[in-house]
Amino acid sequence: MAARRCLGLWFFLITLCVVSTGADVLHTTPVTGTESSAAGTETVVARELPEAPSDPGEHTAAEPTREGEQNDRTRGGEQTLGQPTREEEQEQEKTREGEQTPAQPTREEEEEEEEQEQTRGEEEFTREEEEEELTREEEELTTEEEELTREEEEQTREEEELTTEEEELTTEEEELTREEEEQTREEEEEQQTTAQQEEQTKRWEATELEEEHVHDAAVPPLAGDPPAADPPSPPPSKDDFQEELVIRPLHSGDIYASFQFRTVWDADFMGDQKVSHYRLFPKSLGQVITKFSVRELHISFTQGYWRTMQWGQPYLPSPPGAELWVWFQDTVTDVDGTWKELTNVLSGIFCASLNFIDSTNTVQPSASFKPLGIGNVTDHSFLRYATLPREIVCTENLTPWKKLLPCGSKAGLSVLLKSEKLFHSTFHSQAVHVRPVCQDPQCRTTSMELRQTLNVVFDLHTSGQGKREWSLFKMFSRTLTEACPLASSSKVYVDVTDNPQGEQFELSPATPLLTQAVVLGDRRTYSVYDLTQQASFGSSRSLNMLLRWKAADGEMLRPLLHSERYVAGYGLQAGEIHTLIYNHHPYRAFPVLLLSAVPWYLRLYIHTLTVSSKGKDNRPSYIHYQPSKDRERPHLLEMLLQLPPNSVTEVTVEFERALLKWTEYTPDPNHGFYVGSSVISALVPSVVAMDTNSTLDRPLFSSFFPCKEEASYFMRVYTEPLLVNLPTPDFSMPYNVICLTCTVVAVGYGSLYNLLTRTFQVDEPSPGLAKRIANVIRRFRGVPLL
Amino acid sequence: MAAPLALLLIVAVTIRAALFRTSLANLISERVEVVSPLNAWKRVVEGLALLDLDISPYSGDVFHETPMVIYLFHFLMDYAEITFMLADCLTAVALYLAVKDYNKQVFRKQKFALEADRIPMDCLELIRSPTEMYYIPLKVAMFYLLNPFTIVSCVAKCTCGCLIYGSALLSAIFLALATYQSIYPLTLCVPALLYLLQRLYIPVNVRRSSFWFYTLQYLFMFLGSLLVLICLSFFLLGSWDFLPAVYGFILSVPDLTPNIGLFWYFFAEMFDHFRLFFLCVFQINVFFYTLPLSIKLKEHPVFLIFMQIALIAIFKSYPTVGDLSLYMAFLPVWNHLYRFLRNIFLVSCVLLACSALFPVLWHLWIYAGSANSNFYYAITLLFSVAQILLVSDYFYAFLRREHHLTNGLYLKKKDGSEATLVLK
Repeated sequence: MAARRCLGLWFFLITLCVVSTGADVLHTTPVTGTESSAAGTETVVARELPEAPSDPGEHTAAEPTREGEQNDRTRGGEQTLGQPTREEEQEQEKTREGEQTPAQPTREEEEEEEEQEQTRGEEEFTREEEEEELTREEEELTTEEEELTREEEEQTREEEELTTEEEELTTEEEELTREEEEQTREEEEEQQTTAQQEEQTKRWEATELEEEHVHDAAVPPLAGDPPAADPPSPPPSKDDFQEELVIRPLHSGDIYASFQFRTVWDADFMGDQKVSHYRLFPKSLGQVITKFSVRELHISFTQGYWRTMQWGQPYLPSPPGAELWVWFQDTVTDVDGTWKELTNVLSGIFCASLNFIDSTNTVQPSASFKPLGIGNVTDHSFLRYATLPREIVCTENLTPWKKLLPCGSKAGLSVLLKSEKLFHSTFHSQAVHVRPVCQDPQCRTTSMELRQTLNVVFDLHTSGQGKREWSLFKMFSRTLTEACPLASSSKVYVDVTDNPQGEQFELSPATPLLTQAVVLGDRRTYSVYDLTQQASFGSSRSLNMLLRWKAADGEMLRPLLHSERYVAGYGLQAGEIHTLIYNHHPYRAFPVLLLSAVPWYLRLYIHTLTVSSKGKDNRPSYIHYQPSKDRERPHLLEMLLQLPPNSVTEVTVEFERALLKWTEYTPDPNHGFYVGSSVISALVPSVVAMDTNSTLDRPLFSSFFPCKEEASYFMRVYTEPLLVNLPTPDFSMPYNVICLTCTVVAVGYGSLYNLLTRTFQVDEPSPGLAKRIANVIRRFRGVPLL
Repeated sequence: MAAPLALLLIVAVTIRAALFRTSLANLISERVEVVSPLNAWKRVVEGLALLDLDISPYSGDVFHETPMVIYLFHFLMDYAEITFMLADCLTAVALYLAVKDYNKQVFRKQKFALEADRIPMDCLELIRSPTEMYYIPLKVAMFYLLNPFTIVSCVAKCTCGCLIYGSALLSAIFLALATYQSIYPLTLCVPALLYLLQRLYIPVNVRRSSFWFYTLQYLFMFLGSLLVLICLSFFLLGSWDFLPAVYGFILSVPDLTPNIGLFWYFFAEMFDHFRLFFLCVFQINVFFYTLPLSIKLKEHPVFLIFMQIALIAIFKSYPTVGDLSLYMAFLPVWNHLYRFLRNIFLVSCVLLACSALFPVLWHLWIYAGSANSNFYYAITLLFSVAQILLVSDYFYAFLRREHHLTNGLYLKKKDGSEATLVLK
């Protein structure tokens, strides 16, 4: 029995590791920074070469631009879309549109030339590009005259190093290109070259765009508009920024908007060398990561509770309040001390009460939180997890969060992030995820990835005066006018899966670009608006999507996994925590890991733990329980459960409420105490084959949790936080209590002291005062006393 | 005498067994008056569950029993009810035998005093007759076994210690066991020693070598068995974790769950910077009375035991009604003090009223929400005051009887009028 349990646990842990860590042993499909950073970047070469979807029948997320599509069409439309006829029509339309743009043909030609040149002599361009960049940086530096000379020296040294590296790279590339030219033009192989060239081109573009932006801000920058004079052969991309907005109309009539901003930086924070030059990566975070030797950092602030049953699964789940979990590097010796300092620093950075994280709400989960980046760390003594369910998220948290973005809230998607609208919503969640990812497919070097996500659910159905329609302007009181000039990719996705024929809602302006992505075990279709394309903005030079519902709300597919939690019992003495986990899968059972961290003042009794599904006892195959210590650490209960198909699994555990010292209560003690959400981590069987191949061009929202298995996908569900009342003393009378109790003790002491020290004597009443005076007088007179 | 005792035991066991079968058992085992964080059965079960999960029961803050108890119940888990009934019966029988033994001694002493004409003539009515003393051991056992407090403690499966006085070694071992369970019975070391000295006719005299010899011997036995117990628990558990978890928990009072004692609300309302000071004061208070009481009552070790048990029950950090029932079992032994008690009626009324009000005010505070903690606190205060009055009243009565036995019952003033006796 025990052996079987061990085996089961081992298997599950392995699967979890594989799923949640970026790189598996074989390094077959690591999460690569450059790959993903190259995803969706519109480059010159990319347009020349047809897209190569790894999965036939799946349209890749980096949608081809007009030229690319034209090429596709000429090649026989190898891109298979859901509706080929429709797509062709759209493409034809686009071609017509494209003809109206005069620059197009020349650009194409130029690009062809460029590519040839690139393959011939990339070395020269590299040098040119380096010089260019150097001069640019020097120009910037002229403002800071004092540091100029020193930094220039440093830079030249750096650049020299870079050049040598670059030369090596270029030779490799040349070889590759030659080989490819010999071979027939098979798509996959070409893509490799494309990827490498893309990297360079993109880098080059980014610098160029920045300059454009500085010189002439009025002209919206076009990523797909390379200056013909400078053929791209840049140094390897140091950092890369992508932004993305996904809008999902929910069946309840609400709108779910999910922003993702991703910065990948090929800097080695793990190594010994100090990282001192920051460009796109926020310096405040980078310094924190370096100083505290952080391997991974995940922090989220959420206002409201995600209603899984009404809304389905979010792209990135988060519990109400603040959540922070950090993997430290194994060089850290005093993890608790570092954690304490880190929370205080982060508290300052994000203007949040993270400094209230201490040992009483920090746990070390043993299995639920594996690193999401690369690295197979299994020693969970370097992991710290804490939630503050009571944390209120508001503007003061949003502002510092926006400051971490390269464009701030000045340009790009982040102009939509206005607090007066964002916080007028039913659900708001913002997060920062920092993790190491692979720089190349071989995973020789690592990059740091920073993902900033912001999820909002707008309750437009009730606040929209009965009209079921929404637009960007209605939601955010802003429209999109440009992409962030620093971004290599800037896209807006609208989920149109439920609307294949346009019978549910009508989306305007219509976009010809559709993409498919496998998200959360389901294949979804998205309309794509590429903000780097001028055409996306139309004639009005602003993009304001409008969606009008036609039909009444349809039936939503029930989420396969969801959960509820509540406190049962009455009175302030004891109670019972019930956690219900629903498996809606009709025939598949799957395992879940349930983690609950309960504060010490609810004393859990683990012997009362019962797990039952379908009326039968369902023994967890693995239990990790850490009992609490008063005023030191919370309870941690982790268990591995197998959920039978189409069932409800109920986990109950009894607890006792403690009476605290009067100073330990919150200022509003009768409001109750919050217990953070339980975390359910699961490998849910997927309806469609998951995309295990981390292709170049998956949209950001579908690539956060790396997926290593086709048959299942990783999912995290947070339960409701609990609000528990505790018995309270009377706060107004500490003095009275101290006095009264001391009096009772004194009564005990006094009576015993009395009996111990005194002896019994016959009472001889002393004469009264008058008598005594009379006696004194009588003594003088010599008369016998009275 | 054996037949009534057997009958009593049967009745007691029947009542307990019947209560175990009813739903009242669950209700009682949740009552804060009956169980304390130290001895709650639920926590013992939790400790066992933790052991099953390969977690040290002392790594958390739920289990505070000693390692011996957990390993004992590890084997007796299925027979827990029988174990508790058996423990109660054994305690009762032990009390019965001890009191019988004590009565014999008292009677012998009284006979010597009468023969030596040391007792004043008017005190003959204070002399105790064998007939009235005949039933005292049975009454003691009955008071213990049929005391509702004892019954609820047993039903709640409280793990209170018991004491037996037989041979010196046995008493030392049991005393060590009791001390090991909760440190307060340490103070009972002195009366036990005095009692044994008295049995062996060794006068308490600091200049006599036999006194020192015996004292050292007894202390050695006591400390030795205590050490053995603690080392045994260390070897059972493999770590010293239990020392802070058991004794640190008793002494530093981190758990403020309401009970019938004085500590919980006082330390819940205490200012943090005074906490340590008052903690020391309150804990010293428990041990403080041992020395003066031993000096004052060195001729009467059994009464000293009674006083000590009562004071521990009142002033300990996590008292329960089980502690109360132990010293109340001794009350029949002091039947003859009844005429000197000053406010027994008031005290018994207060105790009864408080016992009834505990559940009522608890319900109002915790479940109904119409009262607050002060209500329950007030009752615990009153209960403590009543107990203090009861104990000091018995102490007063005992001292007064001793005084009368030497000085005569009807004292006269110098002028021949009837005198009143006062403490001075």
